[in-house]
Amino acid sequence: MIAGTLGAIGRPALQALAAIGRLGLFAGTVIGHILRPPFYLREFGVALLQIGWFSLPVVGLTAIFTGGALALQIYAGGARFNAEAVVPSIVAIGMARELGPVLGGLMVAARVASSIAAEIGTMKVTEQIDALVTLSTNPLKYLVVPRVVAATLSMPVLVATGDAIGIMGGWLVGITRLDFNSATYLKNTVDFLEAWDVGSGLFKGAAFGFIVALMGCYHGMNSARGAQGVGAATKSAVVSASVLILAANYLLTELFFTS
Amino acid sequence: MITLADVHKAFGANRVLQGVNLNIASGTSMVIIGGSGTGKSVLLKSVLGLVRPDSGMITLDGQDVTAKGKSGADRDAFLARFGMLFQGGALFDSLRVWENVAFRLVRGAKAMPKPQARDLAIEKLRRVGLKPETADLYPAELSGGMQKRVGLARAIAAEPEIIFFDEPTTGLDPIMAGVINDLIREIVVEMGATAMTITHDMSSVRAIADNVAMLHGGVIRWTGPVGEMDATPDPYVQQFIHGRADGPIESVR
Repeated sequence: MIAGTLGAIGRPALQALAAIGRLGLFAGTVIGHILRPPFYLREFGVALLQIGWFSLPVVGLTAIFTGGALALQIYAGGARFNAEAVVPSIVAIGMARELGPVLGGLMVAARVASSIAAEIGTMKVTEQIDALVTLSTNPLKYLVVPRVVAATLSMPVLVATGDAIGIMGGWLVGITRLDFNSATYLKNTVDFLEAWDVGSGLFKGAAFGFIVALMGCYHGMNSARGAQGVGAATKSAVVSASVLILAANYLLTELFFTS
Repeated sequence: MITLADVHKAFGANRVLQGVNLNIASGTSMVIIGGSGTGKSVLLKSVLGLVRPDSGMITLDGQDVTAKGKSGADRDAFLARFGMLFQGGALFDSLRVWENVAFRLVRGAKAMPKPQARDLAIEKLRRVGLKPETADLYPAELSGGMQKRVGLARAIAAEPEIIFFDEPTTGLDPIMAGVINDLIREIVVEMGATAMTITHDMSSVRAIADNVAMLHGGVIRWTGPVGEMDATPDPYVQQFIHGRADGPIESVR
């Protein structure tokens, strides 16, 4: 009875620790391979295009609607204590510090972690990973490193673009729906936005990009057999990337903005 | 010479290999037969290091291939001696046919220029009976038989000393299976390569093998020259080669 209860607690705890350990080892191995040749530039270029460039529309759309909604909310909330004028600066700070990186990261997690996991998982299931090994090519270097590096480098650019588009969304709503003067809105945005507001968001973006690609690759490489295995790997990649992004966001915010 | 000595491998409670002993002399063609799920693929992958045996020794020309801590360069040099045809072809579907065939040729220390590699890939494609036009297609645009041929072309592209064939005729019609069998035999003979094939297709065995080994119950039940296979009194071999439902091998597994 007691042993059963303890087992029911201990088993999942051990499994969770083992999973964290495996993931940590995987991350360490990947980082170790980043700096050592051979480098696969063509795969890196393709990954940059797939992960960075083709994510622009989804990140841009997310940002513009978020910026617009944020402006409406802050206006309504600010009106309660006659502080409607803070809309431009709060929209800018909110987008740059928090919503740009987090929502951008989550959208990229949905788009990229899933496709990486499905692609690599299918390669695993159809023995293409084994085939790479027999052709003297390390799958970690050929498949994982290009994707992880591309995601880590392109996410900050996506976040910066998202910040700008989100602020533009707020500005559009501000001047069309909330009777702000365009020049005043922009001046307030620029005056109250500090470099570290944007910089911290870009740094978060890089961390989230790393998480997204790492989760996609990890779950793809460890996919079980068959269509079901690939489906489960894809699901796990998106869920774990999303949760890790939110957790990492809290930790990074704690690190950056409390002292 | 490839030697397996007392090789064991278990996946959880499933003890797949329980002490496999086998010798494959250089330049000969060994075919391993056995029912589905008897560990033939695991055996093949153990030699390549894709699967690490729990115990036992696998040597290639006297050198232990299962030794841990091999550096990247050693491992590359070791794998460069092998070519492998995978069961489903395992072609990279993001790459064109010729890029698949030339995959090893354009990478690594002895990488050749692309145009030269492409010419060589087309040459290999012709060797397996595919037209040069196939070179620029993607694997998904090919039929199963054509994919097998491309896989074969990729396996032989770098002229390996040892070639592994994982169920080369599975999923093919009898005529295409015959074509692939003949191709494998021709190529192995003309390259003087050592071949190791796993199959449960008896027409493959008769077309490809110099020697046959039967894997059952995690051990090699019987091994000998293909000519002696029909005459062996071993009931397992007899049941398998004649495809009988009755015999020592359980038909429900």
